Amino acid sequence: MTEQNPSDQGISPQDQRDQRGQQGRHDQQDQHALAALEQRFARTIAADHRIEPRDWMPDAYRRTLIRQIAQHAHSEIIGMQPEGNWISRAPSLRRKAILLAKVQDEAGHGLYLYAATETLGADRADLTRKLIEGRQRYSSIFNYPTLTFADVGVIGWLVDGAAICNQVPLCRTSYGPYARAMIRICKEESFHQRQGYELLLTMMSGTEQQRRMVQEATDRWWWPALMMFGPPDADSPNTAQSMAWRIKRDTNDELRQKFVDMTVPQAEKLGVTLPDPELRWNPERGHYDFGTPDWAEFKQVLAGNGPCNAQRLAHRRRAHEDGAWVREAASAYAAKQAARAAARAQTPAAAREQRERAGVA
Amino acid sequence: MSGDGGGTGAPARGWPLYEVFVRGKRGLNHVHVGSLHAPDADMALRNARDLYTRRNEGVSIWVVPAEAITASSPDEKDPFFAPAGDKVYRHPTFYAIPDDVPHL
Repeated sequence: MTEQNPSDQGISPQDQRDQRGQQGRHDQQDQHALAALEQRFARTIAADHRIEPRDWMPDAYRRTLIRQIAQHAHSEIIGMQPEGNWISRAPSLRRKAILLAKVQDEAGHGLYLYAATETLGADRADLTRKLIEGRQRYSSIFNYPTLTFADVGVIGWLVDGAAICNQVPLCRTSYGPYARAMIRICKEESFHQRQGYELLLTMMSGTEQQRRMVQEATDRWWWPALMMFGPPDADSPNTAQSMAWRIKRDTNDELRQKFVDMTVPQAEKLGVTLPDPELRWNPERGHYDFGTPDWAEFKQVLAGNGPCNAQRLAHRRRAHEDGAWVREAASAYAAKQAARAAARAQTPAAAREQRERAGVA
Repeated sequence: MSGDGGGTGAPARGWPLYEVFVRGKRGLNHVHVGSLHAPDADMALRNARDLYTRRNEGVSIWVVPAEAITASSPDEKDPFFAPAGDKVYRHPTFYAIPDDVPHL
């Protein structure tokens, strides 16, 4: 911010004092400007207006958003794998087409979200690198295996159901591009949840063996689904700041309760038992009481020790490396087309055409 | 902005960023829906179709290189739009007309 660029040589102590004084005044001006920016940001948040990409925002707000949205994007991309596992073995063409469409949606959701991080100055290639090097996280839920086709239905019902609970409030998150991406995503997730529940209804009206598959898949996914909302509020140090910035709208425990309340009647209708002996209606609270997820298991999965962590990352890395030739070919083709277009523009015929067009215009 | 690379396959600088605009149906304006990276405009258009119109969301798509867009600065928001701020007479509600005047 200094106008001069003095070297130390040939400057008297008096000059140096003057410059320090000037520097001090500049610092003060900077601080005033910063305070004004912070106030404007706080006013926008307080008025429940959206922050847009080119607005000034605190560095910590930007960092928090990049971390959260990137983690969300990685989850969508890694989340293609557990279900992708069943595309080639879906029991009918109808189920195969549905599953393909759903997995394609997850890829789309990942891309909407990576695009949102780029409006904050992040770089998608860099985020991809951080994911495949294990330096950024994705949701712990995708580190569990899909052992039978009933798991595909239970993922749609419980995992996408929990995701919707988390994501609907994010449609009103304070950062505009994130909120807009979430609106698109929520519309599409609704199909995901319904196809899952319908798949399970179909299996429940089938054979005894199919009903058992649904119950077993429910038993395996129920607790991991409850963990998707994150640690209990008391152990969630970032929640308060994220709520103050209106990035988050509800706490982890509030969302978890909401999910349980929504899901219990769906389980009853389906005819499966949720694997929690403590689950019962509490008329005083007006909510279901439920047991405590195994938070030690949650921490283990986050630390990389879940059943499929290594497999998921290895697959993502391989897919990225296997796609290298496609990206190279697309770049080479674009370069060739650009070179041909440039050459055409230099021929006499093209020059004549350009003159004629200019004449018409 | 960088593209699809992640270290291999795409140029180090990355593919350019395109902003995507979709016309929802005939009679409506194209509306900005998001962005994507692509090696050229043709690929950007195809990818935009797959990414932003999987459910009949549009009948027409524009892709525009993000670097071709010139935007007003949010820092100047107030002075930039100030000329319109004090001209209430540009709105029909500025004019008081008796209630019994028809069709006005």
